Amino acid sequence: MPGLTRRDTVKLGLGALAAGSMLSTGTLRAAVPVKDVPIPDWPIEEGATLRVLRPSKFVSADEIWFRKNTEKFTEVTGIPVKLEFESWEDLRPRTAVAANVGSGPDVIVGWSDDPFQYVDKLRDMSDLAAYLGEKYGGWWPLAERYGTKDGRWISIPYGAAGGRVVYRKSWVNDVGYEDVPSDLDGFLDLCRKLKKAGHPPGLALGNAVGDANAWTHWLVWAHGGAMVDENDRVIINSKETIEALKYGKALYETFIPGTESWLDANNNKAFLSEQIGLTQNGISIYFAAKNSDDPKLRELAEDIYHARMPIGPVGFPTERSLVVNAMIFDYAPYPNAAKHYIRFMMEKEQYDPFLINCIGYWNHPLKAYDESEVWKTDPKVTVYQHIMKDSLWDSYKGSLGPASQAVLADFVMVQMVAAACTGQVTPEEAAAEAARRASRYYKS
Amino acid sequence: MAARSERLEWGGGGLHWLARLFDYKPFLIFMCLLPAVGLLVVFLTYPLGLGVWLAFTDARIGREGEFIGLLNYELLFGDRIFWMSVGNTILYTVVATAGKFILGLWLALLLNRHLPFKSFLRAIILVPWIVPTVLSAIAFWWIYDAQFSVLSYLLVDVLGWRDTYINFLGDAWNARWSLIAANIWRGIPFVAISLLAGLQTISPSLYEAALLDGATPWQRFRYITFPMILPILAVVLTFSVLFTFTDFQLVYAITRGGPVNATHLMATLAFQRAIPGGQLGEGSAIAVAMIPFLVFATVFSYFALARRKWQQGESNE
Repeated sequence: MPGLTRRDTVKLGLGALAAGSMLSTGTLRAAVPVKDVPIPDWPIEEGATLRVLRPSKFVSADEIWFRKNTEKFTEVTGIPVKLEFESWEDLRPRTAVAANVGSGPDVIVGWSDDPFQYVDKLRDMSDLAAYLGEKYGGWWPLAERYGTKDGRWISIPYGAAGGRVVYRKSWVNDVGYEDVPSDLDGFLDLCRKLKKAGHPPGLALGNAVGDANAWTHWLVWAHGGAMVDENDRVIINSKETIEALKYGKALYETFIPGTESWLDANNNKAFLSEQIGLTQNGISIYFAAKNSDDPKLRELAEDIYHARMPIGPVGFPTERSLVVNAMIFDYAPYPNAAKHYIRFMMEKEQYDPFLINCIGYWNHPLKAYDESEVWKTDPKVTVYQHIMKDSLWDSYKGSLGPASQAVLADFVMVQMVAAACTGQVTPEEAAAEAARRASRYYKS
Repeated sequence: MAARSERLEWGGGGLHWLARLFDYKPFLIFMCLLPAVGLLVVFLTYPLGLGVWLAFTDARIGREGEFIGLLNYELLFGDRIFWMSVGNTILYTVVATAGKFILGLWLALLLNRHLPFKSFLRAIILVPWIVPTVLSAIAFWWIYDAQFSVLSYLLVDVLGWRDTYINFLGDAWNARWSLIAANIWRGIPFVAISLLAGLQTISPSLYEAALLDGATPWQRFRYITFPMILPILAVVLTFSVLFTFTDFQLVYAITRGGPVNATHLMATLAFQRAIPGGQLGEGSAIAVAMIPFLVFATVFSYFALARRKWQQGESNE
């Protein structure tokens, strides 16, 4: 690996130890292609210390390897780092408080559209993004979408978690399908047959931040509907949306009862207790089963397979994903140290083992990590490989910002689908109500 | 007098005026009140005032708002979800408070008798009140789970009384009643223990006199017990209404306002709009809209039940 030896390591003292530990872990069999780019020489501030805030783990390896990499940063640079993990619900309020008060963690790994709330309060990351992009083969489109505002990098997307079809292979085979069809009609037919066989699908329709948003957005986008157009005009009340809602209602009729109250953890529980045969989720179900102490669950993992969500009339994949972005606020007293921290965490000596050990839970924003070992060992994991390559962003087709965040937080899309699916209102009424609610936030 | 002059001399000439100042009663009262007033201003008045102010602005997370007058309230006025949350909050408060009172009073009357293990029983009924709300919310979340509910399991798989699992949180009305039941369960101990304290202050001689006059148990309750605990009842009622009206954790942890907003209370809606949604101004307006209801509830329970002459030391005619 020529990139390592020629680094300008003396100036910063970074990387020397990283190279050593890389040899000892021996996990990097596949080579992540790296271009030879010198490490930027931002001088680290005297007496720098860092506080880093990020979302709590969903799979255990996430926290373990994030901590390991952070400790390595401290060993190499001597900069003490205090790591804080915050629950998913409380991360956004804490980011908001830090931004409003002007004091708090130096690096915040926050939720997808958060950087767009605080554009004026964030340090410019363009130089860091340019360095990483050049070294690691460029950024995936979704990373660019979440990282930049008007051509300026305001955050460094750290990774994304996305939803795929999670299903029981043997049950799908039992009803006459080899695997999950990639078209909507086939998918609906499979779900109907699964229900008849006593292994119904189950997708969350409660106010579940991750799961319900993921599949309801996929549903509407797959049919060509969207909350807003390119100019942020509300267009949700369209015949495409109504088609989507009709399809959703037919799909809902195959679900296990009770999904309208499901929050994020329900489908994991129901799937692992063999109540449902198909759902949409991140890799966490497979991860939990595969790494379980219970031999029965490990056996179950053998039968868990993943597939892309079907493609609708629009003709391209329409999955949604949850992106996390590393931000540095203006108030941070040691911005160069913070930038080096983010850079260090994204370098392959740290990021690659992190990816490998999370077995696909997080996806890489930098193209070079396509060659990572994680995507080559287990075909079940490979299905999750291109989340940052071809997922759509939250406010598709419009721009990210306060209005899109408010609409998302108010569960406008989820509740439109839930109301229509459960038959509380007709699809037409549901779409009209969603348009009314979205217009309140997109008014100005 | 001797002590006084001694103290002044000890203070020396320079402190003479200071010592006199502290002997001045109004000043002393002011100084003693200052810490408490300071705490109230910093931790209650300021946040409340800020909330009222934010409600008149279009503040968002990450951006100072500008004054927009009553626009937030006008928007809320035309918002069906807001009105649904108002209706839910009133229903939740009225039904849950009534439930807590009837069951709490009943429990207090039972505990007031001579039971075996009396102290132990009194201690144990406090458990729902002591357990942190989020923990009991998680317990109820499991009890009401669509697939793993112990109640559904009992009714369907053990007793065979039903064919399908109960959709506790998926149906709008089921979800509302489920949350009210959880709130009642949590609130009973507070009411029961407070009323029990009131019951124990009633002199047994009153009951003895009533017994000699041949009063029935109902008459004893109606003409002795009830009037005697009325003052404490009013205070407990006021507190209970306030706690219930502003409940947040139970609903947020169990349903997060779902299904399709059917269980949103004003408190949960205000939080959802203000923090995850980033619309601080609108969220504050919802929170401020709770104040008139709270003031009305307080004034009502206080004046309707507590303003008896005998509370001010006069006899009741």
